[in-house]
Amino acid sequence: MSWFKKKEEYTVLRPKQVAKKVEIPEGLWTRCEECQTIIYNKDLETNLNVCSKCGFHFKINPEDRIRYTLDDGSFHPEDQQLRSIDPLKFPNYQKKIDTLHRQNLEKEVLSGVGKINGIPTSIAIMDFRFIGGSMGSLVGEKVTRAIERGIERRIPVIIFSQTGGARMHEGILSLMQMAKTSCAIKELHKQGIPYISVLTDPSTAGVMASYASLGDVVIAEPKAYIGFAGARVIEQTIRQPLPPGFQRSEFLLKHGMLDKVVDRREMKNTLFTLLKLFSGKTCDLGHISAAQTDIMDVNDNICK
Amino acid sequence: MAPNEIWLDFEKPIAAVKKQIEDLRALQEAQEVDTSSEIVSLEAKVLKLQEEIYGNLTPWQRIKLARHPNRPYTLDYVEALFHDFIELHGDRRFADDPAMIGGPAFFDNQPVMIIGQQKGRDTKENILRNFGMPQPEGYRKALRLMKIADKFKIPVICFIDTPGAYPGIGAEERGQAEAIAYNLQEMESLEVPTLGIVIGEGGSGGALGIGVCNQIMMLENAYYSVISPEGAAAILWRDAAKAPEAAEALKITAQHLLELGVIDKVIAEPLGGAHQNITDTANHIHEAISQFLQEFGSLSPEDLIRQRYEKFRKMGQFQEN
Repeated sequence: MSWFKKKEEYTVLRPKQVAKKVEIPEGLWTRCEECQTIIYNKDLETNLNVCSKCGFHFKINPEDRIRYTLDDGSFHPEDQQLRSIDPLKFPNYQKKIDTLHRQNLEKEVLSGVGKINGIPTSIAIMDFRFIGGSMGSLVGEKVTRAIERGIERRIPVIIFSQTGGARMHEGILSLMQMAKTSCAIKELHKQGIPYISVLTDPSTAGVMASYASLGDVVIAEPKAYIGFAGARVIEQTIRQPLPPGFQRSEFLLKHGMLDKVVDRREMKNTLFTLLKLFSGKTCDLGHISAAQTDIMDVNDNICK
Repeated sequence: MAPNEIWLDFEKPIAAVKKQIEDLRALQEAQEVDTSSEIVSLEAKVLKLQEEIYGNLTPWQRIKLARHPNRPYTLDYVEALFHDFIELHGDRRFADDPAMIGGPAFFDNQPVMIIGQQKGRDTKENILRNFGMPQPEGYRKALRLMKIADKFKIPVICFIDTPGAYPGIGAEERGQAEAIAYNLQEMESLEVPTLGIVIGEGGSGGALGIGVCNQIMMLENAYYSVISPEGAAAILWRDAAKAPEAAEALKITAQHLLELGVIDKVIAEPLGGAHQNITDTANHIHEAISQFLQEFGSLSPEDLIRQRYEKFRKMGQFQEN
């Protein structure tokens, strides 16, 4: 026993406060947003966060995306030291950044180099949890560096978009990221480096009007919301309800704006096949040639 | 007072004194009373008011000037600055978009390619011009003309003036996002000098769609923004009426953008805005274009592309530990 009561360094959560929240064990089951089926979480994870009943694609974070797309242990993150700042002193923006940084969401784009069945790839994955995956200076910079990395190392580039568009809080600087990333894509095309743009739910506005639309091949997950203007803005402008399925992946496919709608469970294979087809002549894939990658098709553990 | 004179709310004090002057003039003519000394002092008052009001414009007031119904539009500057303009039409894919105009013309004695969004002066023309909001065809036509310029090695001058690219069903179906994205990408590699001048509204991606140029300039009261202040206010405070606050926060004036390094030059407007004296405004633009052509006209294609790439490459602010 000490003479004085020791001051507690941190707020201690009393069991009583916690008790209310754990009445039902959380994190065991998930209700499908589309068909309302209750799915056991372990099954959901095995199924790459796709509803086994109706095929609904749940939103996933970039870390999961890496696991679903790249060979185990092949991912080397880059540009992790970059952080968003508040260049315009925009109302509440710094506070928002700080809160998100405390939640360890500072990356905004998870980017780096990894392998898809042995083929080295520069990859960038947007994170919807950071202000709706919006593109500010940091997102534009990391995406541009991922593109430039593809050019420098002569490896294909894959970008997964998930975004509401340009980030209002950084004003014109966000808009300029559209120009910056698109210019980088042009340089990549000149060098003959393949770029595959994957659109996931949602992919809209400033990002769609820049790098997300500029892939040699543009593919989307099923039923992803994709467009330039938001549905509400269009409705307000034309004063008419929108047709069903408007601005969904299948709608864009029909109108010639997409190459393919690909189920998440088929994504890695599809990307792999495309990379095999396109990167043989112009890329530097190290000791792997396009022919050799056929072997890895069968046994994708070789290059782990 | 000219019959087509339109006064914005913050200009009302000036309008009131001008009205007084007119009344005094009328009185002088009708009754042969000498009011000239009063007129002189009132004219001094107008000048003082103008300096006070126009010298301290808030961002929101500048937006109102940028959207002024009498503000000169692209074709007004085409007429004032160029000769032998031949308007070219159509994107060769779907349609001609009257919200985006363009064609070759002479600037002094040098052929250039002009491209720009075009607003309407009255309701009928505004419906035709879709209030200066281009469809995907507009962006594709613009790029077609840029490629012609590229082929014949003539500089491109873009007049930017749009509330934004049109948000509609057809625009989405025909790939509004793709049309803009493709322009951003292709403008990077044009082998001729490209200049963008924001003459009124620089509405987000719709403006940028013809704005990836070697230099970007803005008229003093133009604005250039990632989102309209009304839109930002609706998202931020769920109240579009707070647009003036949003205009402040978004840093959208020419001066702010110059400080942020996004634009290269602010082109002065006459006191009270470009519409007060289009000849003066055009003269200032003329000088800016001449200077640009002199500076960039002798650069090699490689240097032009490199300059453009580096210009946009360094945009953005973040922290790197």
